[in-house]
Amino acid sequence: MNPRMMLATSRRVLEQLRHDHRSIALILVVPALLLTAVYYLFENETLPPGMPRTFDRVGLMMLAIFPFVVMFLVTSITMLRERTTGTLERLLTTPIHKADLLFGYAIAFSVMAALQSLVATAVAYWVFNLDIKGSPGYVVMIAVINAVLGVALGLLCSAFARTEFQAVQFMPVVVVPQILLCGLFVPREQMNEVLENISNVLPLTFSVDALKEIATNEEATRLMWDDATTIGIIVLVVLVLASLTLRRQTR
Amino acid sequence: MINRTARHAAEQPGPGPAVLARDLHVTRGRTKILRGLDFTIDAGRITGLLGPSGSGKTTLMRAIVGAQRISSGTVTVLGKPAGSAALRHEVGYVTQSPSVYPDLSVEANVRYFGAMHRATAAGTAEAIAAVGLTDFARQRTADLSGGQFSRVSLACALVAKPKLLVLDEPTVGLDPVLRAELWERFAAMAESGTALLVSSHVMEEASHCSSLLLLRNGELMAGLTPAELGERGHSADLEQAFLHLIREAEGRPGRNHNESQVA
Repeated sequence: MNPRMMLATSRRVLEQLRHDHRSIALILVVPALLLTAVYYLFENETLPPGMPRTFDRVGLMMLAIFPFVVMFLVTSITMLRERTTGTLERLLTTPIHKADLLFGYAIAFSVMAALQSLVATAVAYWVFNLDIKGSPGYVVMIAVINAVLGVALGLLCSAFARTEFQAVQFMPVVVVPQILLCGLFVPREQMNEVLENISNVLPLTFSVDALKEIATNEEATRLMWDDATTIGIIVLVVLVLASLTLRRQTR
Repeated sequence: MINRTARHAAEQPGPGPAVLARDLHVTRGRTKILRGLDFTIDAGRITGLLGPSGSGKTTLMRAIVGAQRISSGTVTVLGKPAGSAALRHEVGYVTQSPSVYPDLSVEANVRYFGAMHRATAAGTAEAIAAVGLTDFARQRTADLSGGQFSRVSLACALVAKPKLLVLDEPTVGLDPVLRAELWERFAAMAESGTALLVSSHVMEEASHCSSLLLLRNGELMAGLTPAELGERGHSADLEQAFLHLIREAEGRPGRNHNESQVA
């Protein structure tokens, strides 16, 4: 690991993105717009007294899901481009360590994810009065961890795609099942045994659980930190797997 | 340790071989791409790698920079096995299709690849100047012309100040003036001790090299100087001389079968 090469990589990735104003706008604005849609979707619901608004549950979970989906897509396409244009092969003939490259990517995109979730969380909190007991700072933290998870999975999946078309097709395979089973649509306790067991090992489940802890407790709970740590470990394992797909030599 | 210092001391005075290949074989899948090559590439010289397309030039270059696994034999680069981690600071490789980031400025591209070699801002500017792109440094690489684009790729290799520079068809698509300028640049680099390996399928470029490796069908037809090529091929025109050698090798002196393409 060499911090200079790693930070040079982050800087380069951010510089590439900086020239792409449209992508930046999409990354920052779209989640906030979708949250707005969700808010108005449940605007007129009639609730029994004491029941929390659906927006407080669904909106909160979406804050964690957006960065995951967006960063997965952005990363897998960017990395695939790096593989197909020969810049990756060229980089691997230089002294850069594979970890410098992958963590450089992870840092750059988590900066973007932090900005994205700051915007989305601010809108949810101040415009739509998202009602959670815990601190919104923890919500942003979980969102950023989720973004890094998206980056890591994107880096890994890009190795199995030859074209950008294929890379996009990995979204229904890798991302959608996690969204379906994370507890957003059906509480996990109500799932049948098979689905619940699958959902128990999917990374996104841990972040949704962590968010529930934040929503129902004023202070950070042990359970939330456990969930956050688990996702962190999953991220590291996925990044290590991704680094195995980078080869300096072809056979 | 003793060996290394001894070799290092021996390296300093005379230009020893930058690359030494012995019985180099590369097989990809079932295709034999390189079939037992023996050659040396000297420091302080431009070595031309010539041959028809499909003859294995790129594979040979990738084996030297360590991007291609070799099947048998040895390739020693600057005293170490090709692909050693220590060589990543010493060997520069410019691929045939320019491998740079089109959405970055010229400067950002060169700065990024320079960061892998502790290049300074001055070093970055110098590499950009060396390829004549100083006026375009702040422009997006994608907005440049094809010839400028490929020179950005070259600058990204120059910024590392490599001891061995491997260039895959660097002059393709360049106008005659630029081509002449580049060859002057290469000659100046060789003068200062850099070993250059330059591939081309245009025979007229062979005259810029001080020695030539002629590759055909994965085998080394000859390692000689341009003058020797002219002599052995019975023509001052190096293209004709090369054709003559190929036909001789194929055992058909006639002029009709000039298909030297290899599947």
